[in-house]
Amino acid sequence: MSPTTYGWLTLAFPLAGVLAIALGWRILPWRAAGWIGTGAIFAAFVSAVGALQQLQERDAERRQLTSSLWDYAVTTGVDGRLSILVDPLSVFMILVVAGVSALIHLYSVAYMASDEGYRRFFAYLNFFVFSMLLLVLAGNFLMLIVGWAFVGAASYLLISFWYRRTTATQAGIKAFVINVLGDVGLVLGTYFIFKHSGTLDLLGTFDSVTRDFHRNDGDLVAGCVLLLVGAFAKSAQIPLHTWLPDAMEGPTPVSALIHAATMVTAGVYLIARMHPLFEQAPAAADVGAVIGCLTLIVAATIGLVVTDLKRVIAYSTMSQIGYMIMAVSAGAYAAGLFHLMTHAFFKALLFMAAGSLIGAMAGVQDLDRMSGFRRALPFTYGCFVVGGLALAGVPPFSGFFSKDEILLLVGDRGGWHWALYVVGYLGALLTAVYTFRMIFRAFLGDPCPEAAELERGHLHHAEAPTNPATGEVEDTGVGFPGAAHHVAERALEMRAAMGVLALGAFGLGALQIPKVTDVVDTFLEPTFADSRLYTRSPSDGLLAFGLVLGAVVGIAGIAIAYRVWVARPGTAAAMRERFSAPYRLFVNRWWFDELIDAGVVRPAAWAGRFAQQTFERVVVNGLLVGGATGVVRAGSAAVRSAQNGYLRAYAALLLLGVGGLALYFLIAAS
Amino acid sequence: MAIQWYLVVSAFVFSIGAAGVLTRRNPLVILLCLELMLNAGNLALIAFSRMHGNGDGQIFAIIVMVVAACEVTVGLGVIVAMYRGRVAIDVDELRELRG
Amino acid sequence: MAEAFFFIAAIGAIAGAIGVVMLRNPFYSVLALVFHLLSLAALFLLLRAEFVAAAQVVIYAGAVMVLYVFVVAYVGGADEPLGAETPALRIASPVFAGLLLAELCIAILGSGLKALDGEGAPYVTGFGSPGQIGELLLTRFLLPFEVASFLLLVAAVGAVVLARRRHGIDAPLDRPRPAATGTMAESVGRRGV
Repeated sequence: MSPTTYGWLTLAFPLAGVLAIALGWRILPWRAAGWIGTGAIFAAFVSAVGALQQLQERDAERRQLTSSLWDYAVTTGVDGRLSILVDPLSVFMILVVAGVSALIHLYSVAYMASDEGYRRFFAYLNFFVFSMLLLVLAGNFLMLIVGWAFVGAASYLLISFWYRRTTATQAGIKAFVINVLGDVGLVLGTYFIFKHSGTLDLLGTFDSVTRDFHRNDGDLVAGCVLLLVGAFAKSAQIPLHTWLPDAMEGPTPVSALIHAATMVTAGVYLIARMHPLFEQAPAAADVGAVIGCLTLIVAATIGLVVTDLKRVIAYSTMSQIGYMIMAVSAGAYAAGLFHLMTHAFFKALLFMAAGSLIGAMAGVQDLDRMSGFRRALPFTYGCFVVGGLALAGVPPFSGFFSKDEILLLVGDRGGWHWALYVVGYLGALLTAVYTFRMIFRAFLGDPCPEAAELERGHLHHAEAPTNPATGEVEDTGVGFPGAAHHVAERALEMRAAMGVLALGAFGLGALQIPKVTDVVDTFLEPTFADSRLYTRSPSDGLLAFGLVLGAVVGIAGIAIAYRVWVARPGTAAAMRERFSAPYRLFVNRWWFDELIDAGVVRPAAWAGRFAQQTFERVVVNGLLVGGATGVVRAGSAAVRSAQNGYLRAYAALLLLGVGGLALYFLIAAS
Repeated sequence: MAIQWYLVVSAFVFSIGAAGVLTRRNPLVILLCLELMLNAGNLALIAFSRMHGNGDGQIFAIIVMVVAACEVTVGLGVIVAMYRGRVAIDVDELRELRG
Repeated sequence: MAEAFFFIAAIGAIAGAIGVVMLRNPFYSVLALVFHLLSLAALFLLLRAEFVAAAQVVIYAGAVMVLYVFVVAYVGGADEPLGAETPALRIASPVFAGLLLAELCIAILGSGLKALDGEGAPYVTGFGSPGQIGELLLTRFLLPFEVASFLLLVAAVGAVVLARRRHGIDAPLDRPRPAATGTMAESVGRRGV
């Protein structure tokens, strides 16, 4: 079977999963929804492997294949087809997406087992995977936009999964609104590009980009910047990042899948896919690199001070995506995508482990209340350490190689990119610090009450289920989390999934050891064959320096974290006193939420109120509608007054008519 | 006398009758003014008959008289019925449409 | 000579017409109309329409007006104020009538009606005589003649139906007539009935 057939199959399996669960939920047994969902994604992963294998059998020049299912709207001037593009980049993405998603589905089978909305969860999750696969397999702008929008919708559905929690629904709305902003950017960007290229097809646009646009053409820069707006919204980069921390209101598997491994990487994929456009409009690419760099450092600073466990990992995600965005904007495509893959593994692992830890804490996510789980949750601890080491970039874990390669190629660009290089290593230091801050605080030290209880063999349950953010009491019915809490130590599915991810987090670095293996580079070569920036050989000196610096920074970060939070316990409080101004800045998340509220939300609300109270009421209803009806009413009143019932008035009209007729004949005769 | 004189007289009587119809409130008087207008028409007919020299106009005038008689009969019958039914004999009171 | 008669008759006709419109008591209006009709009959005679003149006097003034007199005596109606209620209509009606008059006069006297021949056709003996009228009625205008008789029948039946008494002859007396309308009581000298 050809690669494109495998591509369609990859799309078909999750779609079939959604339909089976959504339509058959009444007749299927409870557990079946979980296994159908997981099985569908495993089947998709197998198809992806099949596509990979088929693709590699072809010659390197002929590895970009499109296949169209149906001509949706094909006429002069527009060609909207349901087409997919199977090439190394998309196969890479579907392997990562389907693989990590399958493991997260497996994890969720155990994690969500006591939730009333279990079947709904798997239907949504399958729908999300279908949308994400559609996005990365899209062969033209139309399908890309469709997949983009579906992914946003799936994210909203899953963030507000526990829909009776107000905090969750508010977070879902916030995420959706910011995503829609990105959608608008994406569509407008498509328009700017389509205006010149005349075709919606991706390969067709890329082939003619040098003919349609000159370098840094205004329309192309505008289009690429708008595409970047879409990428930033989806990938939670500044200034459209405020939704990601709030999105932690969703269940932990959702955070693992959507907000770590897949959806937030859609922006990275977009820039990598659109690389011919970005290389023809370097101004836009530079904007991307700068924003990526800015995001990685800001998110790292915030991660240092937040105390909600999941939010630490969320800000870490934001920071790492910043690395990826910086990479693909600066032309280090393979490096950025490699980091995407490794990050998917270790970040999903971290989220899964966090889920286990939160389960042990009976739903509490506050880092201040956690400590000493080392003996109570050994497996979870191990996963946290593996993931943390990969995130911190300690060799030989995968994160070290991928992050290092990004910074190497960014620095190799020279010029003002050296600033990004420096900031990147600074961010790596901070990453190591906050990651191990989290791990040391939660696992080392004296066991907290819940940990002590678990060591004695009893999983702690709260007296009344409460919302972890606001503390209000809930129940465990549909729309709220289930009654039982699950830890990895007691659930086989969770351990299996986390184990596979841990192996990947440790070993995937082998794919791209500098000077030894370059599997990712050669695999992605056919996609980026038309790129000027792809094949670069940085100097060996810079390579060696980067490797050493990366290792040093990672280990130094761990050491600093150890000293501040384990060895000298009062240091953190003392530093908070000394650096109170920066501390306040970080704790308030650089006041982005407040700025957006003042600058965007309030004016929009004012405009809405004005439109409703003044414009709608006075102009539209009063003037236009009232005016039209008033005119009609007045006219009909005038006509109606002729029917007043007075005999003499009628007689007058009669005589008037006779007189008028006579006048007419008089004039006609003369 | 030239025919125009008779026609002018007819015009006078007609317009006086029209003014009366528009002005008076008693339906009986309105009918009387209607008679005036009909008679003015009769006069014009007879004048034209004289002008042309054939009797068609006079026949027409006789028929008009017949019609006037019938109309008066029925109209007065209506007024008598109104009076018997204690309806006000005033055309301004007799209105159900209000405009 | 004929001119003098013409002017007398014409002034009489117009005076009678004005009287119909302007007299407030409806009974006087009826009488004014009778005067008008007689003047009109004189005008008809001047136009050599003898039969029509006689018919006018006998039928119109003699029968139709008598009918009017009876009904006015029965129904009456008080003296009503002259002119319309609203000032606008009070001014508008005479103005309108004046305009109508002006229009008709322009039509008659202006160059509009070119076919008006001043003196009329030469007189033929027997013009306007009963014989000629009868011949015309029974030959050329037979159908209108028959239809007119049918119309009279219908009108008579209709009038009877409209004005019939619905409750029988022993019904209580209708409401008393307003004063100064020529009630029987007043005529025999009893006031305030």
